[in-house]
Amino acid sequence: MRIALFVTCLGDVLFPDVARATVAVLERLGHDVVFPEAQTCCGQMHTNTGYQHDAVGLVRHHVDVFEQAMARGCEAVVAPSGSCVGSVRHQHAAVARRSGDEALAVRAEAVAARTFELSELLVDVLGVTDVGAAYPHRVTYHPTCHSLRLLGVGDRPLQLLRAVRGIDLVELPAADSCCGFGGTFSVKNADTSTAMLADKMSAVLATDAEVVTAGDASCLMHIGGGLSRLRTGVRPVHLAEILASTA
Amino acid sequence: MSTFLGMPQGRVPGPAADTAVGQLTGDRPFPAAARDALGNTQLRRNLAHATSTIRAKRAAVVGEVPDWEALREAGSAIKADTMARLPELLEQLEANVTARGGTVHWARDAAEANRIVLDLVRATGENEVVKVKSMATQEIGLNEALEGAGITAHETDLAELIVQLGHDKPSHILVPAIHRGRSEIREIFAREMPGVDPGLTDEPAVLAAAARTHLREVFLRAKVAVSGANFGVAETGTLTVVESEGNGRMCLTLPETLITVMGIEKVVPTWRDLEVFLQLLPRSSTGERMNPYTSSWAGVTPGDGPQEFHLVLLDNGRTRALADDLGRTALHCIRCSACLNVCPVYERTGGHAYGSVYPGPIGAVLTPFLTGITGGSDPNDSLPYASSLCGACYDVCPVKINIPDLLVELRAEHTEAHAARHRLPTSEAAAMKAAAWVMADPKRFARVGRAATRGRHGIRQGKPVLPLPPPLSGWTASRDVPSPPAETFRDWWARTRGDRP
Ligand code: SF4
Repeated sequence: MRIALFVTCLGDVLFPDVARATVAVLERLGHDVVFPEAQTCCGQMHTNTGYQHDAVGLVRHHVDVFEQAMARGCEAVVAPSGSCVGSVRHQHAAVARRSGDEALAVRAEAVAARTFELSELLVDVLGVTDVGAAYPHRVTYHPTCHSLRLLGVGDRPLQLLRAVRGIDLVELPAADSCCGFGGTFSVKNADTSTAMLADKMSAVLATDAEVVTAGDASCLMHIGGGLSRLRTGVRPVHLAEILASTA
Repeated sequence: MSTFLGMPQGRVPGPAADTAVGQLTGDRPFPAAARDALGNTQLRRNLAHATSTIRAKRAAVVGEVPDWEALREAGSAIKADTMARLPELLEQLEANVTARGGTVHWARDAAEANRIVLDLVRATGENEVVKVKSMATQEIGLNEALEGAGITAHETDLAELIVQLGHDKPSHILVPAIHRGRSEIREIFAREMPGVDPGLTDEPAVLAAAARTHLREVFLRAKVAVSGANFGVAETGTLTVVESEGNGRMCLTLPETLITVMGIEKVVPTWRDLEVFLQLLPRSSTGERMNPYTSSWAGVTPGDGPQEFHLVLLDNGRTRALADDLGRTALHCIRCSACLNVCPVYERTGGHAYGSVYPGPIGAVLTPFLTGITGGSDPNDSLPYASSLCGACYDVCPVKINIPDLLVELRAEHTEAHAARHRLPTSEAAAMKAAAWVMADPKRFARVGRAATRGRHGIRQGKPVLPLPPPLSGWTASRDVPSPPAETFRDWWARTRGDRP
């Protein structure tokens, strides 16, 4: 299948390893990955911080870019981020409608219908749970809120992780409670965000895992940033990186 | 005339109230109030324990209902229909309450509602009233208004009594003393309850017995009761109160005069609609299959119960919320408090940080829809940001209010109101504009992204690296910044795959 990679702005600039891992997994499974270089950002930060007006241009740009990719034969768009896919699927049309642009809303819905988070693409579209990965480490999985509730990915990431050779997968206590990131919430309400983070870190530490994984680089940046500040030695590793690993 | 108006035309003299007043606004923005609450370890422990217990109970009893999702759909649909024809339903309710011997009063705002209740109590010649726990009377600050006129209001719900005796404020819409542990409650009773046994222990049963003895005397004495209402049935003129302790039943049956204050959004079209809500509400709120007491009454019945009944219909900003397509869905709320109990923010900060009598996720949207987003210095402008948008509230809401979407909408209304009021944009607005400008063009975006990598410019670890708005110091106080990569993904792609077709 020809698949367009939606790298996300954070993935492009701060976490290229996650994007490269996504490419590696899909290519190993025999798919043709395309990177539409004109892509920038889905506008989620603007929308969620109250700047829907500024987000409209970003939505239009995103729709233009991925519409073209689909016109050139891409059957699906994939992002290694539940949150950014959530924004595309749940917010793009609404942002367009609020600005009075119904035509853009309809186009956005068409792009959204073909856009998948990595675990959704693998399990639902490509029909695989064993991607041939090996990862001999003790790992705990945090289901990020937007993957869990906005997209409803359910246990797809866990199905993928369970099939990884050598992995010691341990359940995270109170897994479904928010880590406290929430985009600009983490700076606007930094104290509350930190209190939520503290509880998430305690849960992670209680598992004795070496690695905490998730389907969103942004939440991992938050959880990992806290774990690093406390010198816990627990590493944040994105789901895509574990699935790409053959070590 | 427009038909969105909650109050039927001409029922209230003068123009419709534009803004709600009453106990809906705190004295500080949320982040400042939250900071204090977060430092209170006793509060954090009480809240974490209480919310996790009630969350588990709710999940268990909701899980038993095979058609739960269908019930939620039905609840949502009935509420949407109600809001679409509110004026007509309110007039039908008024006609039926009147036909059964009750009197209906219309109050535009908190001050008017308080005046109506005060006049009614004065007319009885009494100087005390018993109260059934009610959010509407909390909202309008009725107890304070009565007290100011020399009338004592006795709260009879156990948790509400704890709050009242402790000279405290409620912090939860269902469990107003959720922030108190039992040793604190013992201390409050020992200090404030007249004639209490000095050997009082902090056993829950002992504390409940002390409250029971204290309240029994008040019930037998009181001639006037004030209540709220969970539902008002338009078709029959029936009012319904749902409660757990039987104190409501006492207040609704023993006194001679009953005064009920009900928000105009609490009307439901038909008696049969209660079938849906009486299943949704107890399971969502207390985690019980059925609440112990459901009291329903219509008007006055000679020789049985209160012989005088007054219904005060309260607007106080509801008409304003109804005028907003999204805001009107916040009026669907049946005050079950499930969203508070699952909210990770509420669980850490408690209810007082929200300033309003309506805390938690629903409070963060309902309050600003009632009072209006100002774009100025109103503390309620900070409420829509008091959420990580995790979505847990939407998952549990029995009437499917999409609270995250409402929060996002209110944030937009806030930045727009701010821009309309101020000549200069905030630094945040300027940064957002700059970021949107950079991100609108792939070449600009690639340049800025490249500048952030250590490969090209040698930026050291620890520096903020994205075109993000201030204040980033909020990030670095508790978390490290990831070290920048050697090259961006797009540069890697261009270098390794760039010449592919
Ligand atoms: S918003 Fe929904 S969950 Fe929250 S109190 Fe109201 S009805 Fe209950």
